[in-house]
Amino acid sequence: MKEKILTNVRIIDPSQKMDEIGNIVIDEKGKIKSIGKKSGTSKSAEKIDLKGLVAIPGLVDMKAFVGEPGFEYKENFRTLSQAALAGGVTSIVTMPNTKPVIDNVSMVDFIIRRGRDKAKVNLFPCASITRQMEGNQMTEFGLLKARGIIGFSDVNKTIQNSELMSRIMNYASDIDVLIMQHAEDYELAKNSCINQGEVATRLGLQGVSDIAEKIIIERDLSLLSEFPCRYHINQISSKNSLNVIKKNKSNGIKFSTGVSINNLSLNQNDIGEFRTFLKLSPPLRSEEDRLSLIEGIKNDLIDVIVSDHIPEDEESKRLPFAQAATGSISIETLLSLSLELYHNESLPLEKIIKCLTINPAKILKIDKGSLKEGSVADICVFDLEKPWVVKAEELKSKSKNTAIENRKLQGKVKMTLLQGEVVYSN
Amino acid sequence: MATEKKVTAIKNTPKHLLGIQNLSVLEAKEILTEAKFFIKLNRGSSKKLDVLRGKTQINLFFEPSTRTQSSFDLAGKRLGADVMTMNMSNSALKKGETLIDTAMTLNAMHPDIIVIRHQDSGAPNLLSQKVNCTVINAGDGRREHPTQALLDALTIINRKGNIEGLKIAICGDILHSRVARSNIYLMNMLGAEVNVIAPKTLMPRGIDNLGVKSFTDMKKGLDGCDIVMMLRLQNERMQGSFLPSKREYYEFFGLTPEKLKFAKKDALLMHPGPMNRGVEIDTKLADDINVSLVKEQVELGVAVRMACLKLYCK
Repeated sequence: MKEKILTNVRIIDPSQKMDEIGNIVIDEKGKIKSIGKKSGTSKSAEKIDLKGLVAIPGLVDMKAFVGEPGFEYKENFRTLSQAALAGGVTSIVTMPNTKPVIDNVSMVDFIIRRGRDKAKVNLFPCASITRQMEGNQMTEFGLLKARGIIGFSDVNKTIQNSELMSRIMNYASDIDVLIMQHAEDYELAKNSCINQGEVATRLGLQGVSDIAEKIIIERDLSLLSEFPCRYHINQISSKNSLNVIKKNKSNGIKFSTGVSINNLSLNQNDIGEFRTFLKLSPPLRSEEDRLSLIEGIKNDLIDVIVSDHIPEDEESKRLPFAQAATGSISIETLLSLSLELYHNESLPLEKIIKCLTINPAKILKIDKGSLKEGSVADICVFDLEKPWVVKAEELKSKSKNTAIENRKLQGKVKMTLLQGEVVYSN
Repeated sequence: MATEKKVTAIKNTPKHLLGIQNLSVLEAKEILTEAKFFIKLNRGSSKKLDVLRGKTQINLFFEPSTRTQSSFDLAGKRLGADVMTMNMSNSALKKGETLIDTAMTLNAMHPDIIVIRHQDSGAPNLLSQKVNCTVINAGDGRREHPTQALLDALTIINRKGNIEGLKIAICGDILHSRVARSNIYLMNMLGAEVNVIAPKTLMPRGIDNLGVKSFTDMKKGLDGCDIVMMLRLQNERMQGSFLPSKREYYEFFGLTPEKLKFAKKDALLMHPGPMNRGVEIDTKLADDINVSLVKEQVELGVAVRMACLKLYCK
């Protein structure tokens, strides 16, 4: 590979508190040689002028579903990586709720090989916390970690058994693995498909109170004080949960928290008359909850914004709301929809980018999300101002279940580099 | 005659009757006015009209029903439509066919009206997006049962002359009740004041935002009411324990002659049926023709459904 220089670009890299116009020099090995306004040039290098554009570290998405194996008709490695790169995402943590479930070493080998052959992004596979995600017996954390598993999650299932959860934390603390919990009490959430309240009452749907989420977070954080391990709450959705997090953080308990871009940008009223693409877990809640989540990011109570990318085929969504599948595709629109929070003055730009780059990288303990000299040149270049309209058929995912069809957004990815190579541009 | 009136409200609106929430006051009143004419017709000796001659009506019932199903059946036939009733609790759906597939299959047979009852809220809405005939909601999950509310309104108007200014209590299992929801919307729309009375576990969250006052005490809730609507305890929809026992429920929320005295002297009693006698209502009270409108509700149900079929099938 030839040396490359990205010139005249506004560089925003929260990992080194950088926000300035300058150059990025990428060496032959695809690593950052120098960066910033003082960055030099070299005559032999290939020049790419990015005037008027913004360069940030490639996004790190901590929660996405790839259909392989078992659900190739919903998404595969190729389509997922195309969608990711078009959205500026260069590192993806993939969920283990495939068929079969990724809960043993041989599955890990398969998924890593398959991902390497078919995907053009950095993949970090998760394994399940419990076998078959049944919540009964923990998986082989140590062996799985040694084979390259980045973290453990039962995805949309929650460890209900408190004794088991305490043992998981206790065991995990010793071998330094990341436990990612989906917080939902099964009994409180039984048969529910929407937030409890007026909207649920009007639509005649079984609602779930945010207490179902809060109660698990409270339990886990209590256990965590006894058994400190690397613990991450996948997605929170309510003001109540945030208050618990605030209280525990101020008591010195160490853990991290994520939120889905959907819960930051939409509320329960957007469901309208049974729009099943907005059936999500955790569910969209009230506007008050949404605003409090934004405050949570502002106050560093929430560390990560995830896409919670869940591709679903049309058949799974074209059903009565209660029966329809849960989730929406969102990896390709993750950055653009996040930028909406900047344009509508909800959050500073630097904060948004932090939650999409260096923060998840730190939690995962991976060498990504930064453009410091010497790091791999995974870069997302975007036009901060460009207006566009989300059209499902133009998105690259195999499934088209976007929750923000026809939404007018401002800011679009122009170019994505992976290890210094341009892998996407428009 | 009512049919000679030039009615316009429903003409330009979507041709589906999915819920009271989607109706305007004018549309609701138009249905009620039209229905009044059919009351007389149904009481006469010759009940058959040819308003819907040549039209095909399919009753698609995914949940068991006796009165609503037979009422729609009769209404269609009296208007001259060809009526086919499909009891879906034991058919293609059990073989894995989805609602949409079933709908598309039926749609290919060119029906003019599909009347649907389904256990899932929103199923009629979904259906209406996929077929090109009129869809009439005969009850979906716990969301809406518009024709029940309309027949309740007609029954009240028939007895009290008007709904505006009345105070109406709806008591019982509000949480699981589509009848309660549709009635709340319609009675509010027609100018009544609505109280809902239920034990806390059967009271949906956010109900006050629907424009009602909620009570857990029959005495307070029934105070000054002209109409008392009792709801059935929907045991089949209850998952888990909502109440300690039927006995305790009857003690506090069952309607007895004593509790009825909390309401106005000339208060009338309604129930959408089927009744659980001795659970939500005293059996003698249920049969007391001086206060109970239950039979009249069933009678007027046919008239209201005839009006809906006629107005929506164009």
